[in-house]
Amino acid sequence: MSENIPGSPQGGEPERHRAPLPEDSMPKGGVNAPVPVAPDAIPAVDPRLIVRQEGIKGYLGEFRRRMSSGELGSLPVVLALIVIWSVFGSLNSSFLSAQNLSNLSQQIVGTGMIAIGIVFVLLLGEIDLSVGSVSGLCAALFAVLNVTHGVNEWVALLVALAGGAAVGLIQGVFFAKVGVPAFVVTLAGNLGWNGLMLQVLGATGTVNLSGKDIVSRLYSTIYGQQIAAYGTAAVGVALFAGASLVDARRRRAAGVPFRPVADIVLRTVLLAIIAFLAAYTLNQYKGLPLALLIFLIFIVVLDFVLRRTGYGRQVFALGGNIEGARRAGINVAWIRMSVFTICSTMAAVGGLFLAAQIQSASQTSGGGNLLMNAIAAAVIGGTSLFGGRGKTWSALLGALVIGSIQSGMNIQGVSNAIQFMITGAVLLAAVVVDSLARRTQKAAGRA
Amino acid sequence: MAGETVLALRGVSKRFGAVQALTDIELEVHTGEVVALVGDNGAGKSTLVKAIAGVHQPDEGTIEWQGRPVTIHRPQDAQHLGIATVYQDLALCDNLDVVGNLFLGREIRRFTILDEVAMEKRSRALLDTLSIRIPSVRIPVASLSGGQRQVVAIARALIGSPKVVMLDEPTAALGVEQTAQVLDLVERLREQNHGVILISHNMADVMAVADTVAVLRLGRNNGVFDKRYTNQEEIISAITGATDNAVTRRQARGQEGSE
Repeated sequence: MSENIPGSPQGGEPERHRAPLPEDSMPKGGVNAPVPVAPDAIPAVDPRLIVRQEGIKGYLGEFRRRMSSGELGSLPVVLALIVIWSVFGSLNSSFLSAQNLSNLSQQIVGTGMIAIGIVFVLLLGEIDLSVGSVSGLCAALFAVLNVTHGVNEWVALLVALAGGAAVGLIQGVFFAKVGVPAFVVTLAGNLGWNGLMLQVLGATGTVNLSGKDIVSRLYSTIYGQQIAAYGTAAVGVALFAGASLVDARRRRAAGVPFRPVADIVLRTVLLAIIAFLAAYTLNQYKGLPLALLIFLIFIVVLDFVLRRTGYGRQVFALGGNIEGARRAGINVAWIRMSVFTICSTMAAVGGLFLAAQIQSASQTSGGGNLLMNAIAAAVIGGTSLFGGRGKTWSALLGALVIGSIQSGMNIQGVSNAIQFMITGAVLLAAVVVDSLARRTQKAAGRA
Repeated sequence: MAGETVLALRGVSKRFGAVQALTDIELEVHTGEVVALVGDNGAGKSTLVKAIAGVHQPDEGTIEWQGRPVTIHRPQDAQHLGIATVYQDLALCDNLDVVGNLFLGREIRRFTILDEVAMEKRSRALLDTLSIRIPSVRIPVASLSGGQRQVVAIARALIGSPKVVMLDEPTAALGVEQTAQVLDLVERLREQNHGVILISHNMADVMAVADTVAVLRLGRNNGVFDKRYTNQEEIISAITGATDNAVTRRQARGQEGSE
C-alpha cells in the first residue's frame, strides 16, 4: 500500500537511476503517490493531497497520520506482546528461557491453525462457531481410524482432513445457498459435530495415539541441527528480499510508483533480526520444531492466496461490499462455501496438532475455551470482526499473545478461574480496539 | 449517425408481487448512440436497467443482442455479452483500493497470480485519458469523495471494453465540473462507437448528450423521441403524462384493437 517514488520537490535528492521525467516535478511519495500524467492531459494530481516527505521525518509523519486515522495494523498486538513478555519475564525468569519459548512456539500451532481458518471467515464479515467441535471431530476420526481400526496413517490423515472439508462444505451450503445466518448454522454445528465426535469415539471415550503415527511425528519432530533453524530464517529473509526487489524492479520498469531500495533494505533487516533471533532462541533449546515450520508455511502460502490471487481478491471484495461483489460477477455463493470449507479444514489441521500435543483424542477434545481462543487469536492479531480487513499473520501474532498469557500464568501457578477471566478481558480489549479503530477510520474516511 | 442495432428489448414485462413494474417495454440501442432513459420516480427506469444487467429476469418478452435473442440470468452473462452497468449506488468495495475496484471480477492474471503492476499501469492510463483527478490509485475507495467515486465507477465500466454502457443517474451527486466531465465522457463513449443508455432526471444533461430520448411512465413506454426533432417541454409532458402524444395514442389504439 505504501509504494512511493524517491525524491521530492521539497529539496529531496533527485533520483539517480534515470533521466528526469516531467512527473518528477510533481509532489510524490507515500500512499498518496500521484498519478502520472499523459503528455497533453491536465495534471491529475489533486492539490489537496497530503504528500509524504522524504527520509525518517516522512516515515514518522506517515506513521502519525496512520495512527490518527485508525489504521493501527499490527501495532496494538506487537505492543501487547512486548508488555506481556516483559511482565511475565520480570515475574519469573524462566518465562523468557529458550525452553519455555520453544515450547510456546509448538503449543500455539494448534490454536493458530484454527485461527487461520477463522481469519478467512472473518474477512467475509461472518463467524464460524463450530471450529472447536470440528477440530475435536477430525482428531477423533484420525485416532479411531488409525489406532482402533489400524487404517494406514496417511489414509487416516486424509480422511480426517476430508471430513473437516466436508463439514465446512455442509455448513457453507446452509449459509450460502439456504440463507441461514452463519452464526446459527455454525452454532448448531458446534453441538452437532461434538455429538458426532462422541459417537465416533464410542464407549471408551478416549483413544490414545501410538506416538509413532504421522500426526504425532509432525508435531513432535524437532530438527536439532543448528542449520535447520538458521537456514529456515535465511530462506525466509532471502525470499522476502528477493520478492520485494523483483516487485520494485517490475514497478519501476512499468513506470508506476515503487518502494525505494533503502526502504526494502530497512524492512529486510528488521525481518532478519526477528527471524534470526527466533532461530537463535530455538537452537538454544532443542532446535526448530517441525510443527512451527508447517504453521509458518501455512501462513505464508495462505497469505499469498489472499493477497495475490483472484480468489483472495474476491474474498476481500465480499467482505467490503456483497452487492458490489455480486454485480462485479463474483460467484458469491461459491466464495462463501469455499471459505467455510477452508475454515473447517484448517480446524481439522489444528485439531490434529492439538491431539498430537496431548497424545490422544478424548471426549474433551475441541471443547473448553479452544473456540474462544481461536477467534480471539484472529481478532487480537488485527483481523477485523467487521469483514474486509485482515491477514493470516494475525493468526500467528494472536496465538502468540494468547499462548504467552496462558504459559505465563501457568508458570505463575494462576488458577483456571483467573486465567479465563484474563483471557476474556484480553479478547474484549482486542474487540474494543477493533471497534474504536473502525470508528476512527470512518471519521478519517478510511472505512 | 447511429449504426446497427446492438441491444433491443421486445415486449419486456416484470412483476414484483402485486406490482406490475414494467409492461411491454420496447427499447432499441444502436452502436454510437446515446439513449436517454427518462421518467418520473417509480417509472421503472432502474428496474429496466436491472433487467438488462441480469439482476432481475424479465417475466415476459425477449432481449435481443446483436439481432439474436439472449437470456441474461446473471450479471456475469450481461458482462460477457458486453453490457457494462454503472449503478446509482456505484457498488464499489470500500476496503479495496482504486485498482482493486477497477479490475474487480476482471483481474489481470499471470499464471493465476494477480498482475498488480499491469493493473496499476492500465488504471493510471485509463484515469489519465479520462482526465480524472484521484490522489492515488492505491488508496482505499473509502477515502474518495462522491464525485471521485462516481468517475471510478464509470471508469470501471470501461475496463472490459463493453459495447453497451448503462449509466444510472451518473451526474446526480456531482458538481458542475465533474458533471461536465461525465458528459464529455459520455460523448467520448459515443465517438468510440459504444451504445450508451443514460438514466437521468436532469433535462439539461439529457438534451446535451442524448441522441434519442425514451420516456417511461408507470412502467410503460410513453414515447421515444429523436432529439433533433423534439424539445424539453415535449419530453417533460411525456414524463408527467400531462399531454398524451402521437406515440401513446397509437399504442392505446393498438391495445384496444388487440383486446
